[in-house]
Parts: sequence; C-alpha cells; structure tokens
Amino acid sequence: MKNAIAITLAMLLSTASSAGPREDQLAQYAAATKSAGFSAARGQTLHTQNFAGGKPDTPACTSCHGKDVRGAGRTPVGKAIEAVAVSVTPTRYTDPAKVEKWFKRNCNEVLGRECTPQEKGDWLTYMIAQ
Amino acid sequence: MNIPYRPLALGFIALVFSVLVLERAQAGGSHFYAPVADPVVKEECGSCHLAFAPSMLPASSWQRMMGELKNHFGDDASLDADTTAKIARYLTANAADASGRRYSGKLLKGVALSSAPQRITELPKWVREHRKVPDWEWRHKDVRTKANCVACHADAEQGYYDEHSITARK
Repeated sequence: MKNAIAITLAMLLSTASSAGPREDQLAQYAAATKSAGFSAARGQTLHTQNFAGGKPDTPACTSCHGKDVRGAGRTPVGKAIEAVAVSVTPTRYTDPAKVEKWFKRNCNEVLGRECTPQEKGDWLTYMIAQ
Repeated sequence: MNIPYRPLALGFIALVFSVLVLERAQAGGSHFYAPVADPVVKEECGSCHLAFAPSMLPASSWQRMMGELKNHFGDDASLDADTTAKIARYLTANAADASGRRYSGKLLKGVALSSAPQRITELPKWVREHRKVPDWEWRHKDVRTKANCVACHADAEQGYYDEHSITARK
C-alpha cells in the first residue's frame, strides 16, 4: 500500500515535470490566483503599455525589450537582451528562480511595484505563444 | 683566466629583453584585465552590463558595492544573501589590490583605497586614457554610456582594452 502511494506520487510528479518548467510555473501562478485563467492578449497589453508608477526612463517593458518581442532588446547600459519570445529564445523561462528574480526587478522598475501572479501568468502566456 | 665579457653581455641583454617582452605578453601590456571566470558572478553581474573585471577596482570598492546592491547606480540589483556573499568573495579575492595583480597597479594610482570608489570611469587613469574621446562619441546611439566598454573595445569581454582593437564611431 505504502509502495502504491509512492509510485502514484512519483508518476504524478514526473508527469508534472514532463510538462516542462514553464507549464509548472504557470500552474503555480494559476494556483495563486482565483481567476479563470491567463490571456496572451492581456499579457501583450501589459508588455506594451506605459506605466507612470515606475522609473521615468523605463515606462514600459518595451523600453528595454524593444517593440518586437522576436527581436533583441537593449539594457540602459547598452548590453543586448535576447528576444523575449520563446520561439526565438527557447531557453527562456526554464529556470523558475530566474523568472521570479526578473519579474521582481523589472516590475519594480517599470510599474513601481511587484507584479501579481495574474499579470505574471498573462505575460508568460503571451511570450510562450510568440 | 680570460672572461668572455662580450658574449656574456650580449646574452644578458637578450635575456633581459625576452623577460620584458614575455612579461608584457603575459599581462597583455597594462591593458589586460582578466575577465570574470566564475559562472555565477558572470551571470549575476553580466546580465545588464559587461561583467566588469574585478581587477578594475580595489577590494574596498567591491565590498561597498555588494553592500549597497539595493541602490546599484539607481537600480535595485539586490540578490539573496548567499549569492551576494559568494560574489563579494570572488570580487575581493580578484580585486585590483589583491596580491599578484601588478597590471592593475596603474589603475589605482592616485586612488585612496579607503574612499572605495564605485565608478571605474572616475579613476584618474581611466579619465586620462579616455581624455581624447569627444563628447559626441559618448552620446552616440551605440555607446550612450561610459559603462558600455564593448561599444568601442571589441575584445573587452575577453579582458583586452588595447588601443589597437578600438572601434571608432562616425
């Protein structure tokens, strides 16, 4: 019996991880919200919209990441940033800690606050679809 | 006993010459600053800007910088405590005033270590080396900031800042 539970658990865990780290992370954001799901369209709005709460130099995500999600961006110091679209940079968003680190930094810079799980899920959904 | 002064002197001159040449080659003149070799330091310090060579600032500077990551030149670059400590250890161990790093000595000339300077671009030697760069070139769209070493020093990522490898702007 104990073995059966362990095996079932192992199988559940392995199916969860075979879905990929991006999907796992989306599931975590979903668990933290009570909404009906994520929307790439809302993610796109978040990505392109101007915010007043953050730093004047970086009113939008696109200030550094550029208007084209499939093109390279540029940091204020001039260093190139790999395209945010998963289709162009397939290695992106596969390390959950890294994703969280940059959401925290960049949301604070652009929005002047941390992003909500809903916003993170929408944004990530948009980038996965791109 | 007949000492062969001439061959000895010639040999000595050749030896001194090759030692000087080899030493310069080894250190890349005074324009080589060993790039960051640690993958964590490279990742954390090199995402927004070039992972500046630790030998460009004294240990006191790196210590102060790692203690003030919350306001890192106006940005919040804070990291978890473990990562911060690990990076601080690497930077101070390889700092300009760490032992065996003579080529950084010139960069520290006229710098009070206790002042813990934060901007490489304000070190007297840096200012002197860049005195001929005109204002418009700093403002060029591909340069924009003095922290953007690679804009002109094509081999900066590899640690080379020689005058030969400079990309001039138009």
